[in-house]
Amino acid sequence: MNSIVEELTTKNREEVKLCKELEFELAPGDDFSFVQKFMDVKSERNALIRAAHGTTTLAFKFREGVLVATDSRATMGNVIASQEVKKVIEINDRLLGTMAGGAADCSYWGRVLGMECRMYQLRNKKLISVAAASKILANIVYRYKGSGLSMGMMVAGWDDKGPGLYYVDSDAQRITNDLFSVGSGSTFAYGVLDAHYRYDMDLDEAKDLARRAIYHATHRDAFSGGIVRMYWLHKDGWTAYPLEDVSELYYKYHPEIAITNAADSPLTVNAS
Amino acid sequence: MSIMQYNGSAVVAMTGKNCVAIAADKRLGQRALTVDMGFDKVFPMTNRLYVGLAGLATDVKTLHDRFRMHVNLYKHREERTIAPKTFAHMVSHMLYERRFGPYFVEPVIAGLDDNQQPFICNMDLIGCPNFPNDFVVCGTADENLFGMCESLWEPDLGPEELFETISQALLNAVDRDAMSGWGAIVHILTPDGVITRELKGRMD
Repeated sequence: MNSIVEELTTKNREEVKLCKELEFELAPGDDFSFVQKFMDVKSERNALIRAAHGTTTLAFKFREGVLVATDSRATMGNVIASQEVKKVIEINDRLLGTMAGGAADCSYWGRVLGMECRMYQLRNKKLISVAAASKILANIVYRYKGSGLSMGMMVAGWDDKGPGLYYVDSDAQRITNDLFSVGSGSTFAYGVLDAHYRYDMDLDEAKDLARRAIYHATHRDAFSGGIVRMYWLHKDGWTAYPLEDVSELYYKYHPEIAITNAADSPLTVNAS
Repeated sequence: MSIMQYNGSAVVAMTGKNCVAIAADKRLGQRALTVDMGFDKVFPMTNRLYVGLAGLATDVKTLHDRFRMHVNLYKHREERTIAPKTFAHMVSHMLYERRFGPYFVEPVIAGLDDNQQPFICNMDLIGCPNFPNDFVVCGTADENLFGMCESLWEPDLGPEELFETISQALLNAVDRDAMSGWGAIVHILTPDGVITRELKGRMD
């Protein structure tokens, strides 16, 4: 009996000692599980540290280039932390990234990618291709695989081969296609995109489709909302468009909903 | 995530001068997915008494039906309509009856008593009643609502001012809560009758 007690207390003492030694210099070490016990970037459980989450982003290739669109809501749990987040990262004049997942992870590694692309340009005296840029990002996150990074990014751009569009996530998966949507609202956006997408669209049609897809996602997904942010990638680089509030879009898309101003109609009793 | 947050809701009631207001959002969701934008959470019990139910939608429906039955039984037995205070104690009793397997609902009660004085009350899900004389809130946006009500409410507001106050409190609270919103409804109870209005809100 005494030996058991002794064993337990000794073991306990060792654990305390281990924690004291580790203190805060733990992050660069090998054992990420310690941090992960207290942190929840992927919103899978209720941990002490929880990162901002919830998004709808989309991008597709079409006849005149690539269209990139995002919502602008950031949530922490159920609380809306911001309605005007910028989820498009302007990597350089010809490259854009979109962020979904951990906001800090995406913006930090987006910035690192921007630096790496500039380094490539200085070393090789030419602009980096979209394929190479997205692969740099994928290679970076592969080194951190299993350490709890949470990001679903799209890298879009224009290079020698024409329009480029890649999806890269924190599992280091990297794929290319004509159409992607990422985030908690992506299923809703895919519904609209799959129903109306054609490669042969002109710019106005493409903008209408992207706007509608983001709008429908913000309408149905609690964790997406705010404003629609759109970018058009073409051979001369990217063009950003004015921001559009999705709340105004709702009443534009539903003109049958009559709105009366409370100030115009005084309070009258309509039931006894 | 708690079962209380599964469907999302925001309900608030406020007292005024010889009037009382109760308001709620209109969302019904399943976690992040918004299913319905016309889901009522506030129900009339008599023409001077409304009850708002925030929490699990299936229990909101069940409790509404059971409250309606008991209010009707009371009317037949006593040959008079139930007073807000009596109704509040009935609700509290019905919730505590399920102490070890509760309805996942937090009720808010708003009414005018026989002297046309405002009455408000809220409870937790097992029926602990609370009778403040300013405002009551519940739902997923309760913290936001407390903040709005604490800063906007003042005593002795008339029906028009009370409508503006409760509307601004609710709309601005749900605009910072992901799980509630998508339109709102406001009822103002006055000695002359009830004024009901739907509010234009953000639909995201």
